[in-house]
Amino acid sequence: MDLFEYQARELFEKHGVPVLAAEIATTLDEAEAAAKKIGGKVVVKAQVKVGGRGKAGGVKLAEDAVDAREKASAILGMDIKGHTVRTVMIAAAAPIESEYYLSILLDRSNRNFLVMASVSGGMDIEEVAHTAPEKLVKIPVSAVDGINALKAREIVAAAKFPEDVAEQVAQTLLRLWEVFQSEDATLVEVNPLIKSKEGKIIALDGKITIDDNALFRQPDHSALVDHASTNALEAAAKERDLNYVKLDGQVGIIGNGAGLVMSTLDVVADAGKKYGGVQPANFLDIGGGASAQVMADGLSIILGDSDVKSVFVNVFGGITSCDAVATGIVQALELLGSKATKPIVVRLEGNNVVQGREILAKAAHRLVEQVETMDGAADRAAQLAAK
Amino acid sequence: MAIFLNEESILIVQGMTGSEGTKHTRRMLASGTKILGGVTPGKGGQLVDIDGHQLPVFNTVAEAMSATGANTSVVFVPPKFAKAAVIDAIDALMPLVVVITEGIPVHDAASFYAYSVSKGTTRIIGPNCPGLISPGKSNVGIIPANITGAGPIGLVSKSGTLTYQMMYELREIGFTTAVGIGGDPVIGTTHIDALRAFQDDPETTAIVMIGEIGGDAEERAAAFIVQYVTKPVIAYVAGFTAPEGKTMGHAGAIVSGSSGTAQAKKDALEAAGVQVGQTPSETAQLLRDILGR
Repeated sequence: MDLFEYQARELFEKHGVPVLAAEIATTLDEAEAAAKKIGGKVVVKAQVKVGGRGKAGGVKLAEDAVDAREKASAILGMDIKGHTVRTVMIAAAAPIESEYYLSILLDRSNRNFLVMASVSGGMDIEEVAHTAPEKLVKIPVSAVDGINALKAREIVAAAKFPEDVAEQVAQTLLRLWEVFQSEDATLVEVNPLIKSKEGKIIALDGKITIDDNALFRQPDHSALVDHASTNALEAAAKERDLNYVKLDGQVGIIGNGAGLVMSTLDVVADAGKKYGGVQPANFLDIGGGASAQVMADGLSIILGDSDVKSVFVNVFGGITSCDAVATGIVQALELLGSKATKPIVVRLEGNNVVQGREILAKAAHRLVEQVETMDGAADRAAQLAAK
Repeated sequence: MAIFLNEESILIVQGMTGSEGTKHTRRMLASGTKILGGVTPGKGGQLVDIDGHQLPVFNTVAEAMSATGANTSVVFVPPKFAKAAVIDAIDALMPLVVVITEGIPVHDAASFYAYSVSKGTTRIIGPNCPGLISPGKSNVGIIPANITGAGPIGLVSKSGTLTYQMMYELREIGFTTAVGIGGDPVIGTTHIDALRAFQDDPETTAIVMIGEIGGDAEERAAAFIVQYVTKPVIAYVAGFTAPEGKTMGHAGAIVSGSSGTAQAKKDALEAAGVQVGQTPSETAQLLRDILGR
């Protein structure tokens, strides 16, 4: 899960990373009150989980509290690359002497962690990496050893931070490592990390991505979920522990196993080309143990999507055999009753496939149609969606 | 021959006394896997009866190894305790550790992977994987044993159900070994490790590689194939329609920016001379064509 800037700032503060005073606001009154509380010049910053908000007009300097209210009114409700601004952060304005860059991330390719540091911060760091790679230092960090004071000083020296701030940056890096490790983050990025006119190192903007797998030991993290911008169907699916992602197409997809479901989306999109560009409507993985209840939950989520015109249930019977899955589909349709209104194409293969197909054939539900192959079933589902 | 797992594999089950552990111990025994015990800290000394097999439980992997001569361990321990279980196996110098557990925090996976590298004596497969099967010899994990039998194909896949699907498509030919390496961001055994082992295995005559969006493992595998693999390789990549920034089930299956897309992976593989199927069934057909069957 990606965090908002203000949430990242709060985690920075919690772990002793130097930050400026800031408040969040969702209304104009709150924005004005926040600016008054902070005092002096403030920066009003749109809180969206997407880059390029500055260029989009989502960051504005305000002279005082009244001006902050005005700036907030321009920013709140703004659309930045499809993200609606629901919250602004009002932060103290800092006179900047220099801008740097510092991040710690999971390095998938090398299966360890990586620190990236640059004395050319502020702008798009990918641009720096591309045009002047020598200005971006990348140093691997062992997942066993982590970053201690010695390692932090090594990194700061390698990135050629000026001597007058080197120790402060090293201390900040140690604090950032604490954020990375103790919050189960996969990315902690500060851009820019600034040196103020007074010579102080401050994290002016931050990005944090936390690992959803670690929620069991990070009870505070569930409060960081952004419910406001979660799709209603996705939220309903999550409540039922279903792995669901809403997409833009017309063919509802249910399958077992992440890889098979992704593959199903591709095969449907491919088949859909023949029918005027029919696309999959969602990703839904019901997992290995596809019980009747799980199948019913999945079907009801998909049938609740008004974009869906047909449904494709694609199951490979492994540990859960096809007869159990077929029974699940039949029971699910009984549970749903008249709520089930769209044609359902079922493709079963694998363990006990003969018995599974027989169960569905016997039930002879008016909406259910069986096709033996994955490609054939995808074609049929796409055809039904195009009608 | 087969890779990583053969008739000499002796297995212990970490987490055997848990519900998942017991269920799959039963299935693995039924498919002929030699299982001589389990490990659950605090429950050492117990004897568990699974379908007439009296299996001793040990407190540590080291104890289990010295009592049973096990050379392979499979981990069904819940995410919270998985890191400690894998570290225990690495400390015992267990040669092969197959981690089935789904939902392990990536900091824990990175940590036990780094630890295994520093010790240099343990191969980890997974986490969040279905395990591996050398049909007719041994089956470690949750892959259904009755899909197909032994044959000349080697299969390596990030996805569990696509592994089963591909084994089913090619059931008339059969496999030396099918390895599910898992789709998490940090995994112990990669496509490259499996490709190398299949290339070196005299009984494997052709290789199927299944990838999916996220990371650059497939691109790296493509470069490795050019360098090292002379046997025919056919590939399939899932996730062409996956939108950027959304997690598609596997923690690692997320597209960020232009890298990690299915198209980039397909392009890299094709540039390496690997034929890439558009669907699982077309992929299977490409392989049959190569083998002339």
